[in-house]
Amino acid sequence: MMAQATEWLDIAALSDIPQQGARLLRTGAGCIAIFRTHDDRVFALDDRCPHKGGPLSEGIVAGHTITCPLHNWVFDLNSGQAQGADEGSVRSYAARVEGGRVLVSAEMLTRRSAA
Amino acid sequence: MMEKLVVIGAGMASGRMLEHLTDANAPYQITLFNAEPRGNYNRIMLSPVLSGEKTYEDIVTHDADWYQSRGITTRFGEHVTGIDRKRRIVHGQNGAVPYDKLVIATGSAPFMIPVVGRDLPGVIAYRDLHDTNAMIAAAQPGAEAVVIGGGLLGLEAAAGLQMRGMKVTVIHLMGHLMERQLDPSAGYLLQKALEARGIKVHCKGATKAILGETHAEAVLLEDGTVYGADLVVMAVGIRPETRLAVDAHLEVERGITVDDQLRTSDPSVFALGECVEHRQQLFGLVAPLYDQAKVLAATLMGEASAFQPVQTATKLKVTGCDLFSAGDFADGPTREDIVFRDPGRGIYKRLVIEGDRLVGAVMYGDTADGSWFFGLIKDQTDISQMRDTLIFGPAFQGGGSVDPMAAVAALPPDAEICGCNGVCKGRIVDAVLGGADTLDKLRATTKASASCGTCTGLVQQVMALTLGGEVVDTPAGMCGCTELAHEDVRRLIKAKGLKSMPAVMQECGWTTPDGCAKCRPALNFYLLADWPLDYQDDRQSRFVNERNHANIQKDGTYSVVPRMWGGVTTPAELRAIADAAEKYNVPMVKVTGGQRIDLLGVRKEDLPAMWADLNDAGMVSGHAYSKGLRTVKTCVGSEFCRFGTQDSTGLGIRLEKLLWGSWTPHKVKLGVSGCPRNCAEATCKDVGVVCVDSGYQVSVSGAAGMEVKETELLVTVPTEDEAVEIITAFIQLYRENARYLDRAWKWTARVGLDWVKAQVVDDPDQRRALVERFELSQSVYRKDPWAEHAKPGARDEFSPLADLRLEAAE
Repeated sequence: MMAQATEWLDIAALSDIPQQGARLLRTGAGCIAIFRTHDDRVFALDDRCPHKGGPLSEGIVAGHTITCPLHNWVFDLNSGQAQGADEGSVRSYAARVEGGRVLVSAEMLTRRSAA
Repeated sequence: MMEKLVVIGAGMASGRMLEHLTDANAPYQITLFNAEPRGNYNRIMLSPVLSGEKTYEDIVTHDADWYQSRGITTRFGEHVTGIDRKRRIVHGQNGAVPYDKLVIATGSAPFMIPVVGRDLPGVIAYRDLHDTNAMIAAAQPGAEAVVIGGGLLGLEAAAGLQMRGMKVTVIHLMGHLMERQLDPSAGYLLQKALEARGIKVHCKGATKAILGETHAEAVLLEDGTVYGADLVVMAVGIRPETRLAVDAHLEVERGITVDDQLRTSDPSVFALGECVEHRQQLFGLVAPLYDQAKVLAATLMGEASAFQPVQTATKLKVTGCDLFSAGDFADGPTREDIVFRDPGRGIYKRLVIEGDRLVGAVMYGDTADGSWFFGLIKDQTDISQMRDTLIFGPAFQGGGSVDPMAAVAALPPDAEICGCNGVCKGRIVDAVLGGADTLDKLRATTKASASCGTCTGLVQQVMALTLGGEVVDTPAGMCGCTELAHEDVRRLIKAKGLKSMPAVMQECGWTTPDGCAKCRPALNFYLLADWPLDYQDDRQSRFVNERNHANIQKDGTYSVVPRMWGGVTTPAELRAIADAAEKYNVPMVKVTGGQRIDLLGVRKEDLPAMWADLNDAGMVSGHAYSKGLRTVKTCVGSEFCRFGTQDSTGLGIRLEKLLWGSWTPHKVKLGVSGCPRNCAEATCKDVGVVCVDSGYQVSVSGAAGMEVKETELLVTVPTEDEAVEIITAFIQLYRENARYLDRAWKWTARVGLDWVKAQVVDDPDQRRALVERFELSQSVYRKDPWAEHAKPGARDEFSPLADLRLEAAE
């Protein structure tokens, strides 16, 4: 399965996601939030806050962080690490923009269903 | 026998390559074709030619004499009609030339958007000297020009035409200018600078058609806006010019595909410049093209050399707009930002750091250190030792930090600091210079900050600036993005007329690129409260409940609460609510504390359809989720109750219909009780009315939340109309003055109930003005958000972007 490490899925146009917002991706093992930041970068994180399971896709996107809407935990979109005094992390996946399209790593599907 | 080299195209890249080749006396017999009837000029200097700051002669780099002196045969003004790769011949209009090696350097062609009218005379691209001369010829002083495209080229064209006396409008499809090189903050400053020199800028503008019979007369946008235009310049982008290569069956994707040696799919044919594609990348800036020229010259001389694209820097060649962008400020993992803003001088700098390296820089206003930063990016210098002071540039010698008073220092003397007493900055400065060196003395002489006191922080800063001393006792900043307190920011929004979030962040010296989850909702509220007609509400700066117009619950489902005016409903409404509850499998139906019915456990993707059903039954959002008016709780009142003194139900309905939809600093709940038995619990609400025989007791600032507080009496009035006017004025005063997320009781505790009474009870003019401002805002905001989002086209954001469950099952 080596080839899958570099395989990308084209899932949507960048314009389908609001700037400073997020949309959901349904997968076999749960939802993944696709975030679009102020500078038009995209990030993919599990849509579950490790604290109480809050839907991160509904938080406020600022800079390259997301604030969970339930109890305001803040996560770095790059690493999925909780910021500040909170501890924990959200699983993140490779995502990028090319030619106005959002591409996510196909690896996220196989890794998750195998788990 | 010398090998024959044919070059097609005399642009900057091929000029540089021929320079390298002939400097080294490379053994080639060279023929150069160029469709333009001239040699090579510095294309990036066309802007100063357009504006009249330079002439063509100033920008010529390689003229016919230069090529002749280097022994190059030139075929200027002649189009190449085809390449015969089998026989290795280039066909020109005036005859064929054989080659051993061929270089295609055809550059790029401007992209023309395919709208009606684009072929009319008066519509031109901006690419070469010919276009430039056409623009100069068309630029009659006073005539109107529309430039489509707010990128580098478009803005340079706009500035050039404006300097030639034309009235210029720039139409840009994206939200801010030069979005490929700049972030929104720098884009805001650039737009401000262009507007200051008289260029109109229309962002988010999509061109629909160019109007005119025999000549371009106007440009029509999708939103219906029409701009008169004697001249239309299209500067929306360029495309690699690959037609010759395609006809010759060379491998072409977006550009002519080349390897690291600039070799095409045919080993004896090379390509160079804007027409090539190297590892999926195209090139438009001059630095990488010059690198290509060097590599190709070496390759042609049999030396080992490989092209590796390097970071590039951009500068806008518009006099008076200092702007610099380098490296990759918008892409790549694990990035950190350092932002510096000096609103007084209109300066913005943003550095993007990855690990110990600087990877990108955007600068506006002061670009003196640009090349130094660019050097750090290119050389991948370890910047960990100078990280703290990096943004201040190479000349900085330790110590110091960003000046928190810069925003106040930049205010003009006539900027209003104290709104209650109409005291401007100049008067405070004069008073301090006249001896009022303490806050008490200043209040005694000018009354500044002597009323509600919310401007105390700003007043102290003005004093400190005037005295040259330290700021003492200023309130804490509103969040980590600024040292300014909420009140300071609110005051600056009004004093400086700031009407957008980038404007506030720039002018108030925000230290982050786009704020945080704390300040953005607050700024969004302040801007819509202060500029209801000008400001566009920002959904992405709203908390989830307000973004989705329902309450999020602990499991990520939502609860939906339709409005029941004054707590009154009908059998038909109850039936519709019951139907919706069944249709969408609502697990719990509950009566709320504010006399509404709560439908709990609704899935997000069902919200738009459920709203549409409730809308059909005549119901609108109850805003049970909002920092805005929630409910007006009532008792039965004189209509049925044997004790009721007035129509408390009717008053509750009237108040709710007046106030609904308004956004406020925190939630607002009202209660109207028909007699002092107070069945509607009006005395623990933000505003409570207790009806008595003689009229209406209006009391405010109660709470029954984390703190329980009884309301305080504001006034007793004899008529319902007076009660309604005073309540409206109170709510508007709260909207205009309170900190975001302060309940009314917290705010009145800070400013004092006496001050509130002075505004809304004792001063009828002030009261009426507050009511008028409230109604103006309501003309925009008294509308049902459910209806807006239930429209079929607006429902997308409530459903998933994609469903990959099938792929996962494979």
